[in-house]
Amino acid sequence: MTSAPPTTVEDPGAEPAPGPPRVPPAADRDRRAAWRTRRHRWDVRWSPYAFVAPFFLFFSAFGLFPLLWTGWASLHRLELTDMSRMEWTGARNYLRLLHDEFFWNALGNTFTIGVLSTVPQLLTALCLAHLLHQRLRAATFWRVALLTPYATSVAAATLVFVLLYGRDYGLINWALGLAGIDPVDWQNGTWSSRIAVSSIVVWRWTGYNALIYLAAMQAIPDELYESAALDGASRIRQFRHVTVPSLRPTILFTVVVSTIGATQLFGEPLLFGGAAGQKGGASHQFQTLGLYLYEQGWFGFHLGRASAVAWAMFLILLLVAAVGGLLARRLRADR
Amino acid sequence: MPVPLSATPVTRARAGGRPRTGPLGYAVLVLFTAGSVLPLVWTAVAASHDNTRLAHTPPPLWFGGNLAHNLGVAWSDANLGLALLNTTLVAGCVALGTVLFCTLAGFAFAKLRFRGRNALLAVVVGTMMVPPQLSVVPLFALVAELGWTDRLQTVVLPTLVSAFGVFFMRQYLVEALPTELIEAARVDGADSLRVVRHVVLPVARPAMAVLGMLSFVQSWNDFFWPVIALTQDNPTVQVALTGLGRGYVPDQAVVMAGALLGTLPLLLVLALFGRHIVGGIMRGAVKG
Repeated sequence: MTSAPPTTVEDPGAEPAPGPPRVPPAADRDRRAAWRTRRHRWDVRWSPYAFVAPFFLFFSAFGLFPLLWTGWASLHRLELTDMSRMEWTGARNYLRLLHDEFFWNALGNTFTIGVLSTVPQLLTALCLAHLLHQRLRAATFWRVALLTPYATSVAAATLVFVLLYGRDYGLINWALGLAGIDPVDWQNGTWSSRIAVSSIVVWRWTGYNALIYLAAMQAIPDELYESAALDGASRIRQFRHVTVPSLRPTILFTVVVSTIGATQLFGEPLLFGGAAGQKGGASHQFQTLGLYLYEQGWFGFHLGRASAVAWAMFLILLLVAAVGGLLARRLRADR
Repeated sequence: MPVPLSATPVTRARAGGRPRTGPLGYAVLVLFTAGSVLPLVWTAVAASHDNTRLAHTPPPLWFGGNLAHNLGVAWSDANLGLALLNTTLVAGCVALGTVLFCTLAGFAFAKLRFRGRNALLAVVVGTMMVPPQLSVVPLFALVAELGWTDRLQTVVLPTLVSAFGVFFMRQYLVEALPTELIEAARVDGADSLRVVRHVVLPVARPAMAVLGMLSFVQSWNDFFWPVIALTQDNPTVQVALTGLGRGYVPDQAVVMAGALLGTLPLLLVLALFGRHIVGGIMRGAVKG
């Protein structure tokens, strides 16, 4: 910021001057006024850029530049053991990916676990939000209580669930045993382990999504329900024909956000896998793309390949976003 | 913070056709609340036994007497004291930086006119799509180059601004900050920095507090990058817990004690500021 000339320092306290103000010589006053106008114009013009600059600086340094560099690195052979050496290989890293069964396995797992976690999570959240939207005692208490999992970190939550899902001494198998069901090998089974990993995601994010739906529900005008009730619609019909349609944009929003989250799934499977977590289980049965990237880069030392995985994930996300955008437009056109 | 928390009433619309919750509704809510809270309660239960007791059926359902011992072991073996200190520092810095930078940018996008405003705002929103995986490899190379391994700035700097925060502050200020107020200040001769200090910041304070809490929680729980960038020598809580879980200490009761220690500070935040966090998430959601 430029400093003001000494005589024009603002002094709001002295505004209503009692006597006739001392008038400086005209030329001096004009010069000062012109300077003030210039300073003002300069300020109005450039301050906005100064205010948004930190965001863009940090984003360029830690978001955009790495993004491009990763793309560049993905076209090279780059090893963790000697990061100063980059050797151009063109598309070879990508071709390797396409021929690596573990990449396809990770892609499939990411998709499977994504569906297993997103669908129940959002459906449950919708029902919970519906309950929370009713006239309710201790409304705030329920909302905060449902956020407890959100405040729990991936690491803490997963470590607890590992113990709960233990095959021999886990609480869940013990409870299943009480119900007469044989113990399930949650960690080594193919589907059981995927379900277990998904359940951690569901546990952590259902309450959060319920709050998002609740916010959207509160924006629905009550008259819509009243007229539906007058038309003789039952509560369930009101939910289906008033609530859900009004929530469509929000539902789409949560679907996209959850999908992005599912694509990046990392901590839950890593810790659920224990000591060799990066493999996602003994037979890679719950290795996600995020874990595959980690394994390629930090256990196989192939940073070039890890970069290619990162870009593949990015392209998948762009695809998801594009589909989401198309859907959004369709939904808007329907109305 | 001396904000009168209990004075903020929960607005509840009394009018209209919203049904009152019946007993069944409460039963479902109790069930879900139990599902949300019980795993954490059981963490404390498991942390209060010794490891041999955890390897028995039926699993312990009530507290034992070993909690203090396990907490002590977790504290010393997993470097948890240092980890808690580090995480507090990191999350504090990230929250402060996010609030400051996002308020400035949000104000500019909400109330100031400048060339390219809409395009730049679109870029901000677009950056939310960029997954953290894309920056891991170059950031790791950079950290190695600079010799920043195990330094806290490694995990602070990349998350110091957030597109969500900019958007959140913008949406809040668009409505909460009357344009006339800024104009009046300008007529009185205030330059932009004075406007920010004396008009914007007082109005934005509630949203800043919420954004600060959300960023703090998020930074505290941040996992992917810290696990790659830091080692057990100077960990954040999440890195330390990862070390515990991956077999540095095979004692499950100790692992649970560590998980408990790493979660308690945030549960405290939630207990104290829960309704504000809830409000913030809901406000961010409607507009986002």
